[in-house]
Amino acid sequence: MSSVAPSPPQPSPAGGGGSDTPSPAQRGGGGTAANGTRAAAREGGSHAAKPLLAVENLVKHYPVRRGLILARQVGTVRAVDGVSFTLNRGETLALVGESGCGKSTTARLVLRLIEPSAGRVAIEGEDITSLSGAALRRLRRRAQIIFQDPYASLNPRLSVGDAIAEPMVVHGIGDAAARAARVRELLGLVGLAPYHADRYPHEFSGGQRQRIGIARALAVQPELVVCDEPVSALDVSIQAQVVNLLKELQLRFGLAYLFIAHDLAVVKHMADRVAVMYLGRIVEIAEKRALFAAPRHPYTRALLAAIPHPDPSRRGQVTPLGGDVPSPMAIPPGCRFHTRCPHAAELCRTQEPPALEIGPGHLAACHFAATLPPVAAAPGGGLSSLAAKRLALFAAGRPAA
Amino acid sequence: MQAPLLAIDGLRTVFRTSSGEVAAVDGVSLAVPRGRTLGIVGESGCGKSMLSLSVMRLVPRPGRVAAGSVRLEGRDLLTLSPAEMRSVRGGQVAMIFQEPMTSLNPVHTIGDQIIEAMQAHEAGGRDLRDRAIEALRRVRIPAPERRLDEYPHQLSGGMRQRVMIAMALACRPKLLIADEPTTALDVTVQAQILDLLRELQAETGMSIILITHDLGVVAEMADEVAVMYAGRVVEQATARALFEDPQHPYTLGLLGSIPRLDEERDRLLAIEGAVPPPFALPPGCRFAPRCPFSITECTAAMPPLRELAEGHGAACIRAPVEQAVAA
Repeated sequence: MSSVAPSPPQPSPAGGGGSDTPSPAQRGGGGTAANGTRAAAREGGSHAAKPLLAVENLVKHYPVRRGLILARQVGTVRAVDGVSFTLNRGETLALVGESGCGKSTTARLVLRLIEPSAGRVAIEGEDITSLSGAALRRLRRRAQIIFQDPYASLNPRLSVGDAIAEPMVVHGIGDAAARAARVRELLGLVGLAPYHADRYPHEFSGGQRQRIGIARALAVQPELVVCDEPVSALDVSIQAQVVNLLKELQLRFGLAYLFIAHDLAVVKHMADRVAVMYLGRIVEIAEKRALFAAPRHPYTRALLAAIPHPDPSRRGQVTPLGGDVPSPMAIPPGCRFHTRCPHAAELCRTQEPPALEIGPGHLAACHFAATLPPVAAAPGGGLSSLAAKRLALFAAGRPAA
Repeated sequence: MQAPLLAIDGLRTVFRTSSGEVAAVDGVSLAVPRGRTLGIVGESGCGKSMLSLSVMRLVPRPGRVAAGSVRLEGRDLLTLSPAEMRSVRGGQVAMIFQEPMTSLNPVHTIGDQIIEAMQAHEAGGRDLRDRAIEALRRVRIPAPERRLDEYPHQLSGGMRQRVMIAMALACRPKLLIADEPTTALDVTVQAQILDLLRELQAETGMSIILITHDLGVVAEMADEVAVMYAGRVVEQATARALFEDPQHPYTLGLLGSIPRLDEERDRLLAIEGAVPPPFALPPGCRFAPRCPFSITECTAAMPPLRELAEGHGAACIRAPVEQAVAA
């Protein structure tokens, strides 16, 4: 992994540097067969093939009104405040951040489940923010969503088969017999059995319900799946099952995931690239390995440092970030992170930092992104050798999955 | 060795259901040393929350503690009268929960609620307001004089959990039971709260029972750890031993299920299947149906906690698994 030396900033224009050579992060080998091709497809950036999804300066402001009859606007919640990113076919981009950072709102804007205040969302170059009627329905077929709470997102009165078939009915796909066959196929894909189609959501565990939600999202063969905290509500052993399933399905169908999460360890496992959001803005975006090995934004560093490691020998080594996230109704002037930032200077209180390019595809919105001292060594040395040996036996000892 | 502050012995908590009596906690024995933190880790339905409610004698009907003892400094809490138990709760033993918003009363100010907690345990005094301010200051709430007159909805999630901790510590308990205290919080706020709990423990010398599903939080906080599965303790060790020398296959499965920042793996080692519900427990070892190491003997009898090293026990006849596999 390229370690970031405290070298002077490179004022190269976006896309100028590394668009023809794969970054070390990509060459590092993701371990999955598809990674090479995906990385190659991604390298084109804005020059070659169009990204599957392109989001530009997306904004969602909610007016806050007070008074019943003569309601007047007393403020604005700036939930999403100028977000831009791209997502390629077969790729996973994770949006991470704490509550209120705007990640879920961004996800809903991408699918036009809510209307943006400004900005552009394009699928293969076609702006979808002005679509309506049949054109919007076509978009919905290409882009689906999996929600966090599998208890709330399934209709308790619909059998599982009907719930999975519903998107096909909406989009007029197949006849009843074809849909029933497809439901059986989908149930198999997500590790459930055909007879589950006749059962109702309350008969399933949380992990099984999330599998049903995944089957429903895949029913119309989408290219893009927005995963909004898909494993946050699940127990760890079940979470692992669902994470593995999502990765398998991605490889098999070339799905692109916009993966919304707050758990950075899950993100590190799932994502190809990561965008860190804070108060409605992306503060840092990079290839996964670059972001985790050499985070450049102080907020990214604080987030990574705050994660408790499953390694008691390293406890209590970090000073936690102070304070709370400010209200999105009262976003601080200048850099929106300056009220909590250990490196904040006068400049930060007055001027909003632009996104500085640190390396190929690595942007950080911090005045000092290029000059901050490198972070201390990455935490943790992994599992103990004894634990690793026993885990290997555990993996080998069970019937092949 | 010093006598533990709390000693739980053979605790069994049962619920009467239409299909007979089921045990949510089934023969649990644990000790909480003075000034130390015992982490109890497990997934939903393992009985970890019911264990803490049993200690507090707050098991909801139709549940009841059917057997065992819970000795706080030698005195069995299960034999106390309801009035005696009320003075233990919030007095010597206090509890904080996952969701501070549902534990705080939305129509009373923070100050009123802290003062109420204090009054429940001692005669009122004029300085109660000052002491409430002091309680908020102890949990590092800025501008406590002002915060005292605010309502719960005016506070952030992290601030609300600090208020809950302030209330819990108002009467200087010897034992704090923290049931998933940071699960609903953002990770940077979680780090603040864990830090605060550690500082307060160093200041007061209280013991903590920390109930969590998060192995990271356990590693960060606990001195001793008990891993629970389907109502029973399956492994018990110091935190260090548990992570360096995990013995029970369920512990291994949990460790393999969590993605780590310090390691890269293609596939997570998920545990197949799901936790059995208490009314449909398998015979013998309850983890056997999901365990890659299980043999016929595993289903014959429930394995007792067996000491494999000093202070390190696992309820598994196959542990250590590398020897079992080689044999």
